[in-house]
Amino acid sequence: MLPKFGFRENAHTADWELEVWAPDLPGLLEQAARGMYTLSGIQLQPGIAQSRTITLQAADAEGLLVRFLTELLWLEQEQGLGFDAFSIVVDDYYNLRAELQGCPLAHLDKEIKAVTYHNLKVSNTAQGLSVKIVFDV
Amino acid sequence: MVTLQDLKRVTDYEWEIPQTFRPDMRVPVRLFATRKMLEDVMKDKSLEQAVNAATLPGLVGHVIVMPDMHQGYGFPIGGVAATRLPDGVISPGGIGYDINCGVRLLGSHINFDQVKTQLDDLATALNQHCPSGVGEKGVVHASDAELEAVCRQGSRWALKQGFASEADLRRTEESGSVEGADPAKVSKRARERGRPQLGSLGAGNHFIEIDMVDQVFDPVAASVMGLEQGTLAVQIHCGSRGFGHQICTDYVEEFQAVVHRFGIHLVDRELVCAPLDSPEGQSYLAAMRCAANYAFANRQILAHSARKAFEQVLAGKLKDWNLHQVYDICHNMGKIETHIIDGERMKVCVHRKGATRAFGPGAPELPDEYKPIGQPVLVPGSMGTASWVLVGTETSMTQSFGSSCHGAGRLMSRHEAKRNVRGEKLRQELESSGIHIRAGSMAGLAEEAPQAYKDVNQVVEAVVGGGIARKVARLKPLAVIKG
Repeated sequence: MLPKFGFRENAHTADWELEVWAPDLPGLLEQAARGMYTLSGIQLQPGIAQSRTITLQAADAEGLLVRFLTELLWLEQEQGLGFDAFSIVVDDYYNLRAELQGCPLAHLDKEIKAVTYHNLKVSNTAQGLSVKIVFDV
Repeated sequence: MVTLQDLKRVTDYEWEIPQTFRPDMRVPVRLFATRKMLEDVMKDKSLEQAVNAATLPGLVGHVIVMPDMHQGYGFPIGGVAATRLPDGVISPGGIGYDINCGVRLLGSHINFDQVKTQLDDLATALNQHCPSGVGEKGVVHASDAELEAVCRQGSRWALKQGFASEADLRRTEESGSVEGADPAKVSKRARERGRPQLGSLGAGNHFIEIDMVDQVFDPVAASVMGLEQGTLAVQIHCGSRGFGHQICTDYVEEFQAVVHRFGIHLVDRELVCAPLDSPEGQSYLAAMRCAANYAFANRQILAHSARKAFEQVLAGKLKDWNLHQVYDICHNMGKIETHIIDGERMKVCVHRKGATRAFGPGAPELPDEYKPIGQPVLVPGSMGTASWVLVGTETSMTQSFGSSCHGAGRLMSRHEAKRNVRGEKLRQELESSGIHIRAGSMAGLAEEAPQAYKDVNQVVEAVVGGGIARKVARLKPLAVIKG
């Protein structure tokens, strides 16, 4: 039986497909972020943590997921930051507020070009929510 | 799910998924492949994605899929689709995040035998002069004003800065400068990402390769291109870097919010689109053209850097170390072109995602010297295998919107490639077969292992058999530089 939350990579011919599951939407967003960082092979520098706050709004859960991960990619590629502590709140209207703690990147194996909407569907499961995300690499 | 039984054989190299396969298809899908290749294609979702693409509003003719097809996101890689003007749609996902990813080929009069002991030095010099790898900045750190000029002028800007010659521009698709680019349609984030990356290769499947012209199949065409058997050539494969990625990301997101206003039903949200005559469609087109021009300038600066690398190693040792431009082509683009469809001449927006323009002889868009032979089509193979120089044909104009294949095409996932191949072992194998390797990441090298790709020779046989391209020359790899 799968743990309550987690992620795994599924086969995709050219790009990366990440399957993510969690009991609720904030958990799903956190696991998706952790999964994306794992696929990219990110390592953070030890030292004083840096914090960032992200606020976003989307029309649905899928839109929120893409926008949240895209924001993390921006912080990774333009500010050289990765995060390993997440406090995420999402209201019923898909307004998100995420408090992030992280550090500058020590290493990055591979850049992700984009988070795609390809066949993106957040599904209800017996354990909560699941989604498959395709990243263009 | 598409099965082999759903495909109608047109010829040994051409197959069709009829429009009746799914009620929401607006046009049939036409595939260029051998039957054997189709068996491999069935293992992933390329054909399902092609059928999905065939549902877009305003499509004309067929959705075309090339033999190097493989699963992508939204459109399949190797896909070509044309939508009529003015009300057909434009789909950013049908062009891809790496807008105007493409290939440039430089030829030379340098004989392999003259420089075979200096290939390692050439690989090192290329690696030093051409920044590559994850997060690497470019040769040029552009100001805001310079970036705007690059957006509007592409390679024309590079010419003014001394990175190009007139001959380079003449032998570049669109002369390296697409009209209608508007930097005002580009976000602040895209500008921030684009400014420091001009003149950089990036990572992933992008590369610079030194090749030898191994075999010439069409001496007349090869002579026009300046390709002689036994001489060195250089291929540069890269695109618009973070600038293009951000522009595509921005518009895929913006279109999500407006697509319902146009009454368009999407089978896959990555196919999101807007009518070409809508303000949203026009904005994307203008922004995409900025990225296209950025990519032309990027490859031009890298070509200049490659020339400096050759000069550093060969000056004083050879009389002629010059690298002349053979051609520069795009394989991720949306272009407004005129084609004859069902006997009617019409303006269409041709989406090519992992497919190369391949105009036949006489096309007015070609430089004078290429009008008699057709447009050069550059088909890089997988690392360590052959690459091909082809030309477009009259048949490509009628059968594939003047398009052909763009490479070998992936067969194996990156995950599986890394599981099966050790980067360091692969490097040793390639080196022992005489190919000099410079790679920033051994894991990245493993992902691009030759066994992760289709056989490029079979891909070429399929496009030649289908009549949409003709062989000119085959290139053999001597050195590969990867990020």
